[in-house]
Order: sequence, then structure tokens, then C-alpha cells
Amino acid sequence: MLNLSKKNCTLDLCFFRTKSTRVKSLFHYLKTLLMPIENEQRDTYYESIIKQGYSRRDFLKFSTYMAAFMGLESSMVGQVAESLEKTPRIPIIWEHYQECTCCSESFIRSNHPIVADIILDKISLDYTLTLMAASGHQAEAAKKAVMDKYKGEYILCVEGSIPLGDDGNYCCIAGKSAKETFLEAAAGAKAIIAWGSCASNGCVQAAKPNPTGATPIHKIVKNKPIIRVPGCPPIGEVMAGVIMHVVAFGRYPELDRLGRPKAFYGKRVHDTCYRRPYYDAGLFAETFDDQNSKNGFCLYKLGCKGPMTYNSCGNIKWNNGISFPIQSGHGCIGCSEENFWDNGPFYERTTKVPGFAVESNADTVGKVAAGVIVGGIALHAVAANISKRKELADNIKRAKSNEKNIEI
Amino acid sequence: METRNFKRVFVWELPVRIFHWTNVLCVIVLSLTGFLIANPPALLSNAEATNLHSFGIVRFIHFVAAYIFFFNMILRLYWSIVGNKFASWRAFWPFSKKTWSNFKHVLKIDILLFNEKVPDEKNISIGHNSVAILSYLLLFIVALVSVFTGFALYADTANWWLPKLFSWVTPLFGGDFMVRNIHHIAMWVFILFTLVHVYLVFYHDWLEGRGEVSSMFGGYKFVREERLKKVIEEEAEKKE
Repeated sequence: MLNLSKKNCTLDLCFFRTKSTRVKSLFHYLKTLLMPIENEQRDTYYESIIKQGYSRRDFLKFSTYMAAFMGLESSMVGQVAESLEKTPRIPIIWEHYQECTCCSESFIRSNHPIVADIILDKISLDYTLTLMAASGHQAEAAKKAVMDKYKGEYILCVEGSIPLGDDGNYCCIAGKSAKETFLEAAAGAKAIIAWGSCASNGCVQAAKPNPTGATPIHKIVKNKPIIRVPGCPPIGEVMAGVIMHVVAFGRYPELDRLGRPKAFYGKRVHDTCYRRPYYDAGLFAETFDDQNSKNGFCLYKLGCKGPMTYNSCGNIKWNNGISFPIQSGHGCIGCSEENFWDNGPFYERTTKVPGFAVESNADTVGKVAAGVIVGGIALHAVAANISKRKELADNIKRAKSNEKNIEI
Repeated sequence: METRNFKRVFVWELPVRIFHWTNVLCVIVLSLTGFLIANPPALLSNAEATNLHSFGIVRFIHFVAAYIFFFNMILRLYWSIVGNKFASWRAFWPFSKKTWSNFKHVLKIDILLFNEKVPDEKNISIGHNSVAILSYLLLFIVALVSVFTGFALYADTANWWLPKLFSWVTPLFGGDFMVRNIHHIAMWVFILFTLVHVYLVFYHDWLEGRGEVSSMFGGYKFVREERLKKVIEEEAEKKE
């Protein structure tokens, strides 16, 4: 949170800077006047926020938070504020499939109240199963209306994986299978965001043997880029940062090769962990109750998956920056990584070798193979001396006859 | 009993020998530090983390050895173009009739330990035999796997462009878990290969007495005089 308070201090400065570029924004304002009437009917984000009873000061604070979470430098705060002032609110459809709603829970608890207020209150006007006021046919009608009216403009947020097994019968909403609803909503979406490990990677329901055929959404819709925000759940501030980036700038944040926003998934938890110095020093906790653990040493040997997990837990942390698993004394379980349920035990440093028995890792397989090979070598050596005894005896005889002929 | 005459033949040039022993050192260092990194020993120290960097040093040694291993491989690839006929890439080309007939011969005589009534001189290889060639090709692929997965794991914390070239490998396997696992399995392949490789060197040295072990130090092997004449005759025939 130190970073944020720093950014708050520089807020005034950059606010003045944006004032000096007012001419540019005036031009922008004139442009918005010429926009279609449909857009004009929608409030901008700024208007929504003011209508909710927040002051302009609150709004600017919010913009600062958001800029910080998007990983922008403090000079960009003005642009975020400006964009939120100008951009008409984008409708959002938030679908729930095979999931536990922990992503929604995480999101509504993100750092700044405006996040939930402006994004979620407004979402509930559009469509989100768990939080919207409408239900039944009304809810479905509302969704249909949004999809028709804002075709190609709305953002589709997906929470949960989609079961493809048994014709998708494992998850049906309003009489339609999850796949059907998803494809329908995805067709007219401007952007698709996969919330959490379920939508991004399949998570626990896709763990072996995956009885429902749970599938991450990027394997179903391939013609549209999908922002993957993995985590079980993702950090609320990360979710806010991603969605605000899309609504404020109208484009995707910079993504890595797996489609994850680089600002939040560019580093391993390990590389931002405050216990990293203990790792580099070679000081490790051996058990959860030993002195080393009490000293706060690195949890590497207790199976911490921080070194393989890309997420922002180390710097943004959880519950408004209070703590994160490692700080609370438990190793990272790698919840934002693909197949983290199947990749091996949470409390060991090993990864299962595919194709071998459940408990076998690379070392056990290697040791057995080495034993077999050494045994084979010993057998071969004995067999060679027996089978080639004549050749060897001849060699020795010849060499000995030469030995006798040597003059000393 | 009539004794045999051997001629000394220069087989392994200096760069090949340097490659071999650098590779040996690298594989040993990389495996040892690799084991330490995968499963570090318990340090019973009261020192503050500030004053200690033991695990960082282990990792540093691993990374330095990895770079040496990588550039050493490139040196060997270069030498397969300019080196002698035993080092040339042509010697490693597995798709020829000669290679396969030799492969069968080595399998029969050296692996399954059959005896020939009249030893087939032609099939006693001067450089690598065909089975060895295939195992080195396999090991070369495993080495590439090690390099690709290793640099992929290293890429995110690296500042240099070279390791970053391999950053596409990680998404291929879905994440660091599998990449790490493959890296670890590749190390085991090296260890298993080494066991077999060292044994077979001793086996050939003991059975054939042609200086198989010392050849990787001095570069010389001993070849039966008859064999040499045959080679000369064959080449003369070819020219005609």
C-alpha cells in the first residue's frame, strides 16, 4: 500500500497537468456530442459515480487506485480520470457456469467501494445471475435485450468452466446448456474476460477424471481473444484493474502468451515474495511447526508453489492488502496455474510424472530406472566375460607372448 | 601365437575432446546443483538472511554452468561442420544402409553378446559405432530439451535477450509446473545415459584393447593393420 499512498501524493500534480491539456479534451468533448443518440442516453462512468453520491475527490481517488492497479505510472491518472469522464458506461453481461462464485465474492470486496458500486450495481442492471434483482424470465429477457441492443459493444465476463460432457447437461441455465448460452453471448461481445481458474483453466472440476468434461472457455470460442484472469479466486483488485482497463480505454490490457494481463501475471509469486531473502539464503522451514517456520523462513520445502506460479499475491496481497497465504504461514498452492489440482501434492516439492503411478515423481522413477540399469550393466558385464571368454583368452595370450619378447 | 599389429589413428581432435570434458563437467555440476535446487538440504544456521546467500550461490553456479553447457553445444555443432570425418555431422547421419547393417552387428555382438566365427573387421567402428551414434543423437535432443526448458524457466528473471528467446516454451506446457518436471526428467536421462555410456567404454576397452578409454584424453585409437589396408584399398577402388 506504500506505493498507492505515494501515488495519492502526486495526484494533485498530475491533475494540474491534465488541466493544461484541456484543449485536447474539448475537442474530444465535441466529438462525443456527435456520437449516436443511443450512446448519449447512457451515463458516463463519471456521471454514474456522481449520481451514486460520491464527490469528485472520491472519483479522482478511485481513478488513482485504478491507474495503480492497472500498473500505470502516476502521470497516467489524469488519462484514466478523463477517460472515465468521457466514456459512456459499457454494458456488462456476467455469466456464471460451473463455479463457486468466489470470483464474484473477491470482486465485490476489492479495495475501493466504487468498484463494486459502479461496475456491479450497473452490471446487475444488465445480467448477473447471483446479484441481479430480476429473476426467471425477466432476467433472461433483460439479458436478451442487452445483447440485442448493444451487439458488438458489451463485455462478456465468464465465471466458471463449461461442461461439454453428455451434451452439456451438467450445467443448464434457463433451459439452455452452458455452452449454448456462452456461444450466444460470445457472438455479440466486444470483449470476453475469463474470471478465475475455472473459466481460464478448468480448475477443480476439470481435475482428473473430469467427469463433466469441464472446459475452459478459450477452448470453446477461438475466434475472439479472451483475457484470462486465473486464480481461485483472482485478486479483487486485479479483477477491477482488468475490467477498468477494458472499459476506460476500450481495449485489452497488454497480455502475455497465455492471454493473462502482464501487469498482474508477469511475475512469479516467488519473485515478489517478502520471504525471498530466506530462499536465497537457503533458510527453509522443514515442517510447519519447527523453529524455522516460526522464524518466518521460506516455505519452499513445504511445497510452496510460489516459484511456479504467476500472480500478484506478493505485491497486491489480499483483503485490502492485509496479507496473502505465504505471509499467513502457508505455502502457495499455485491456484492460478493450469492443472494445479493434478500437478502433485500441495505440501511437497514434486510434480507427478504423467504415465506413472499416482505417487511417482521424476526422482522415484529415475532412481528405479538407475537401479535397473546398474543391475543390467552388472549382468551384461558378467555375461560378456563368459560369452567372449575365448576372445579374451586369446587376447591375453597374444599380449603375454609379446611381453616375453620385450628386452629390458 | 601370432600377435596382431595395430596402427595408431588420430580420431578425436582437440575441440572434440574439449567439448567432451567440458560437457562432463557441466552435466555433473548441473545435476548436483539441480538436485540441490529441487530439494535443498536443511541449513542449521542462526545467521540472518541478509548475511547469507548460500542458495543464491547454488543457483548462480547452476546458471553459469547452463550457459557454458549451451555454448559448448554450439561449439560442437560448429565442429561437426569443420571437424574430421569422425566428428562430422555425416558420421551422425543415421539413415544409410551402412549405418543400419552396423547397427545390427553391434546389437548382435556387443549387446546380445553373440560370437562370430570369423570376426568382421569392417564392422569394428573406428569412430562411433551405429548404436552410439543413435544414443548421441537422442542425447542431443534431450540436451536441447534441457536447454529450452531451462532457459524458459530462467527467462522471466533474466535481463539478457538470449534466455528470453525461449520464453515461448512455458505456455506450450501450460505453465512452470510441467516445464520444471520435464527439465528434471531430462536430467535423469543424462544420468542414466552416463551409466550406460561409461560402462560401454570400459567394455570396449577391455574386450578390444584399442584404447577406447584413453582416446578421449589423447585422441588416438588403435586400429588393426589389416583394417587400414582395407580402407586404403577401398578408397583406391572408389577412385578408379
